[in-house]
Order: sequence, then structure tokens, then C-alpha cells
Amino acid sequence: MGVHVPDGFINAPVSVGAGVVAAAGVALALRGARRELDDRTAPLAGLTAAFIFAAQMLNFPVAGGTSGHLLGGTLAAILVGPYTGVLCVSVVLLVQGLVFADGGITALGVNIVNMALVTVVVGYGLFRLLIRVLPRSRASAAAASFVGAVVSVPAAAVVFTLIYALGGTTDVSIGKVATAMIGVHVLIGIGEALITAVTVSSVLAIRPDLVYGARGLAAPLELRTEPAPAAR
Amino acid sequence: MRTKRFFAVFLLVSLVLAGIVSYYASSSPDGLEKVAADKGIAAKEKSHTMKDSPLADYGVKGVGDGRLSGGLAGVIGVGVVLVLGGGVFWAVRRRPAPVPAPVPAKDA
Repeated sequence: MGVHVPDGFINAPVSVGAGVVAAAGVALALRGARRELDDRTAPLAGLTAAFIFAAQMLNFPVAGGTSGHLLGGTLAAILVGPYTGVLCVSVVLLVQGLVFADGGITALGVNIVNMALVTVVVGYGLFRLLIRVLPRSRASAAAASFVGAVVSVPAAAVVFTLIYALGGTTDVSIGKVATAMIGVHVLIGIGEALITAVTVSSVLAIRPDLVYGARGLAAPLELRTEPAPAAR
Repeated sequence: MRTKRFFAVFLLVSLVLAGIVSYYASSSPDGLEKVAADKGIAAKEKSHTMKDSPLADYGVKGVGDGRLSGGLAGVIGVGVVLVLGGGVFWAVRRRPAPVPAPVPAKDA
């Protein structure tokens, strides 16, 4: 099952600080999500959050008696938009913490920062960047989603390490924590990337118009609000 | 595929993953848990505030069969996330430009 940062890993001041950052991020996401959600995409976003909850239950083995699970930020952002993606993962973390005793209540801010904000900013940011330079095709969208997801997981591990360096309650060398966290999360990132690319490709194959991150690919009837990209 | 059917399939996939496939998930500690245990980060870990929740640790309290308990917890979780998330998303969504309300024929 998903195991997130529990209570007691990070001291109170840094947990509160992370809570403030998380609250600001969620507030920003609530404002931004209005532009991404309508009568059709709002239910899709709820279903995406539910899918991420389900997928986070599916730990897959990585090396040496260790497992990993989907974080889902990159996937959610590609399917329903980055602001809504942050909200999807945050809702999952909230329910996991309050109902399933997974992820500490005082660590909710830390978990939202790592698993919702960092994964969306890094994973979706990279995805957008690649979508712009790659030829416009479904294969490109799948490849871009893979790369975004694969990087998003070690990025979350890096930010966890930074938070631990600021407010860890134990005295472990930061170098050791960084090496171990990033090492194992590079492997977990491969699983994240496979699940993300397969899911994005599946939805693109069935209903490409429902994929927020690939709106330009296959939606001739789309009402564009952005200027059309220059011909390549 | 029609939108409604697509939504139904998407929900069904989530329910099957959480309700059935989750039983076969790896029970090894995950990356963070393993590093925390190996390096000593977990020394001051506190037990969870909600550890007595009827669904703590992805099982339904009082259901002895592990497969059923985990599967039920997963299905309930999918439902809770869908209702809570869907509710928030529905509340903040863009609405079509308001159409002037028709004048009621007479007061009720």
C-alpha cells in the first residue's frame, strides 16, 4: 500500500511551513482549476482522482525487497490539467491520511508538497516542454508523458530530502538520505513512467479529446483560446 | 466511445484495481519506508492519529478474510475519493453563460 511521510519524521516548524506552502498551492490550484473544469471534465477529474487512489494501492516490486507505487501527479495533470491535477493528488492524500491512516496528519503538508505540487510542476512541465519540440503525434504524447513521469518521482525524493535537511527529527547525514532516496526513487520512477504512458496512451486511443495535455493533437472541433502554433 | 460509457469503463477499471488487483500488490516496504528504516529516519516516527479508523491500513476492521477486507477497503476508498474529489471539481467548474431565468407562470 502507499506509504507516505508519517508523523514524527519532520519537526513541527518545518511541518507547519510545508503546510503553509501546501495550502497556498492548493488555493492557487482551486483558482486555476476553474479554467480547466466544465460539465464534462469535472466528472473526469473525479474519476482520475479515484483511479490514482486505486493505482497507489498497487505496489510493484523494485530492487532488493523494496516496492514502489504510483504518485500520479504527472498522469493527473496530463489527463485533466495541472491545477486540477494538484487537486486530484491532494484529495487522494487527504482521504488516505484521514480514513486509511496512511500519511501523517501533521505531515499532510509535506506529502502534498512532495507528491502533488512537485510531481505536477516537474512532470507536467517537462511534458509540456517535450510536446512543444516533438512532432505532433500520439507517440510523442506517450513519450513525453513517460519522460515527465520518470523525472517527477526522483524530483519528489529530492524535495523530501531537502525538507528532511531542514527539519528531520533524526540525525542522519543528508548525503546518505539523498543517495538512498534518489537511488530507489529513480527505479520507482520507471514504474511511474510505464503506468503513466500506458494510461495516457489508452485514453488517447479511445477518446483523445479528453486528454487535457494533448488537446492540440486530435480535436478538430476544439474551440481554441490560445493562438494557433506556428506551422512546422 | 461515448462519454458516459468511457466514464463507466474508467470507474470500473479503478474498482477492479482497488478491489481485486490490490490483493496481489507487493507487500515489501516502499522506497521511503525502506530508506527510513535502513537509515534510521524512522526512529521518532509516531503512530498514526487515525490508526483506529475502521479502514486503517487499507483493511475493513472486523472483516477477517484478507482478500475481502483489503478489496472492500479499496472499493470504499475509490468511492470516497470519487465523491469528495468529484464534488469539489463540480463545485468549482466553469458554468455555461447564465441564461436569463424564465419568468414563472405563477407563484407556487
